[in-house]
Amino acid sequence: MKELVIISGKGGTGKTSLTAAFAAFSENGVICDGDVDAADLHLLTAPVVKQQIDFNGGGIAVINPEKCIECGQCIELCRFEAISESFKVDGIACEGCGVCVDLCPEKAIDFPVKTCGQWFVSDTRFGPMVHARLGIAEENSGRLVALVRKEAKSLAEEIKADLLITDGPPGVGCPVIAAISGADALLIVTEPTVSGVHDLDRVMALAAHFKIPSMVCVNKFDLNPDQARIIEDIAKKRGSSVVGRIPFDPLFTKSMVCGQTVVEFDPDSYLTGLLKEIWNGVISSPELNRKKGVELTRMV
Amino acid sequence: MILSIASGKGGTGKTTVATNLAFSLGSGTQLIDCDVEEPNAHLFMDPDIHTTKPVAVPVPRIKEELCDYCKLCSEICRFNAIAVFGNTVLTFPELCHGCGGCMAVCPRDAIVETQREMGRLEEGTAGNIGFSRGILNVGEAMAPPVIKAVKSLDRNHSITIIDAPPGTSCPVITAIKGTDFVLMVTEPTPFGLHDLKLAVGAVKLLNIPYGLVINRSDIGTTAVHEYAKKEGLPVLMEIPFDRGIAEAYSKGELIAKAMPGWKEKFRQLYGRIEVVLGQRSKEK
Repeated sequence: MKELVIISGKGGTGKTSLTAAFAAFSENGVICDGDVDAADLHLLTAPVVKQQIDFNGGGIAVINPEKCIECGQCIELCRFEAISESFKVDGIACEGCGVCVDLCPEKAIDFPVKTCGQWFVSDTRFGPMVHARLGIAEENSGRLVALVRKEAKSLAEEIKADLLITDGPPGVGCPVIAAISGADALLIVTEPTVSGVHDLDRVMALAAHFKIPSMVCVNKFDLNPDQARIIEDIAKKRGSSVVGRIPFDPLFTKSMVCGQTVVEFDPDSYLTGLLKEIWNGVISSPELNRKKGVELTRMV
Repeated sequence: MILSIASGKGGTGKTTVATNLAFSLGSGTQLIDCDVEEPNAHLFMDPDIHTTKPVAVPVPRIKEELCDYCKLCSEICRFNAIAVFGNTVLTFPELCHGCGGCMAVCPRDAIVETQREMGRLEEGTAGNIGFSRGILNVGEAMAPPVIKAVKSLDRNHSITIIDAPPGTSCPVITAIKGTDFVLMVTEPTPFGLHDLKLAVGAVKLLNIPYGLVINRSDIGTTAVHEYAKKEGLPVLMEIPFDRGIAEAYSKGELIAKAMPGWKEKFRQLYGRIEVVLGQRSKEK
C-alpha cells in the first residue's frame, strides 16, 4: 500500500477539490482527511459514518476551591498565565502540562482528561474514508492528524487497499508535520501568486527536511505567467517536477456547490480530462513508485 | 484598537484585507503578521526591516554530574520530552513545551534551562505604517510561542491589525485572543461556509465582537449571506470576484493602491467596525 498526501503550504489553493477528484479516479483506495481543524473533504464525499470514536487530548487543570488554600504556588509555577488571582484556570490558556497539579502542596488541582474531538470510519461512494473533527479552540491537532492517518493506514492494510489518499492541512507546523511524516510521496498544490510561491518554497523545504519526495501541481496557472515560471524554477531547484497545470476554472466552485467532485459533475469537460491526466502522471510517477510493492499503474 | 483578521478556511483573503486595510488607514496603524507558518503580508507591504530578533523557548539541559536518575523529571513531563533509562537521561527538545516542570521537580537542581531557537521576529516600517511579523523555522512544530512573541512586541500605534493564521485551533486562538474585534473573511462556497461556522464558534468562545467580509462575493451561493443574517453576523464589506483583483494579488500589489476607489472602501470598512463596537458598548 502506498500513501499520497496532498498539501499546499498556502490555504485555499485547491487541495481538497483535487483530493476529491483523485478519490473519484482511484480504485481499491482509502481516503483520509488529515485536515482536522477545518475539514472540508466530507462536503464532497458525503461519508456515511460507521464508527465514531472520541479523541481524548491531555488533561486540563481544574482547581478544587474546597481544598485550595490560595498559597499562590500554582500561579507562580504556571508559565502560561493560565491561573487567575482568584485561582480560576483559564481552560484556553492552560497548556495541559500538569505542573500545578503535581506540585500543589494541598493536592487541590484535578486534571480531568478532556475529550477534544471525534474521529470516524465511514463509507463513501469512492471507498472507505477515515476523518475527524477537532473541537473548536482545541490543542493536539497534530496528535489527531497522526491518529487518523494511523487508523486509515491500518484499515487500508486490512482490506488490502493499494492506495491511501490523504488530504493535508495548510501551513508548515505541527498538523502538517503529522500529516506528511512517513508518506510515500507528496503532491503540493500551489497557485502562481507571490503568496503561493513564498509558501511553496517553505513547504518544499519542509518536505526536504523530512526527506519525502514531492510533486507540484499549479492551480489557476494562467493567472500570472511570471509567477508560474518561478514555481517551475523552485520545483526544479528542489529536484521535484511540476506534474499538473490547471487553468482557472469556475467548474470547481460549481461542482462544490452541488457536493460533487468535478469528475462527477462534468465528466466530459476539459477540466475532468486534465485532472485524469494529472492523476495518471501522479500514479505512475517515480516519486510514488520508488519503493517496490503495489503496482499502481493499473489505476491509470 | 486591536483588530484581528481571521478565517476558518485558508485562502479566503485574510492577508488581502489585513494589508489593504492597514495601507488605507495609513499613519498611526501597525500591521502584525501572526500567520507564522506561512507569513505573506510582507509581500504586499514591502517593509524596511530594521530589527530582527530570535524567538527561543526554554528547554532543559541536564547536569549529569548532579543527576541521580530518580526519574521525577520524566514522570512530570506530559509531553514525553525527557526520559530516563538506567544511567542515561535523554531530552527531546522539539517535544518540549517549556513548562519548566522538570526543573521545578528536580530535587538535586540537576536541570537548568537553555534557550532553543525556533523562529524569528522582524520589525520595521512600510511607509508610515508599523510592520512586524513572526516566522516559524521550517521543521518546527509549535507556532504559538512565535505568535505570542510577535504579539508582545511594543505596540505604539493607535490601530493594530493582526493577520491571523487559518483554522480554528491553538494558533488562531493565540493570535486573536485579547483583540478588540475579529474581522472574519470568507467566500460564499460550501467550504467557506462550513469553516466560517467553526471560526464563529471559536470567536464566540473568546467573547470578542466580530463582523464579516465576504470575498469573491458573487461566486458560489447565497448560503453565507443567509447564515450571516440568521446569526446576526454583520456583513461589513463585500469584494466581488474580479480578474483584475486576482491579478493584482498575484503580483503582490495592494488593490487600495493599484485600483481606484478601494482605499475609500477599506476606510469605510473601518468606519463600520467602529459603529459595531459603538453599538456593542452602548448595549452594555
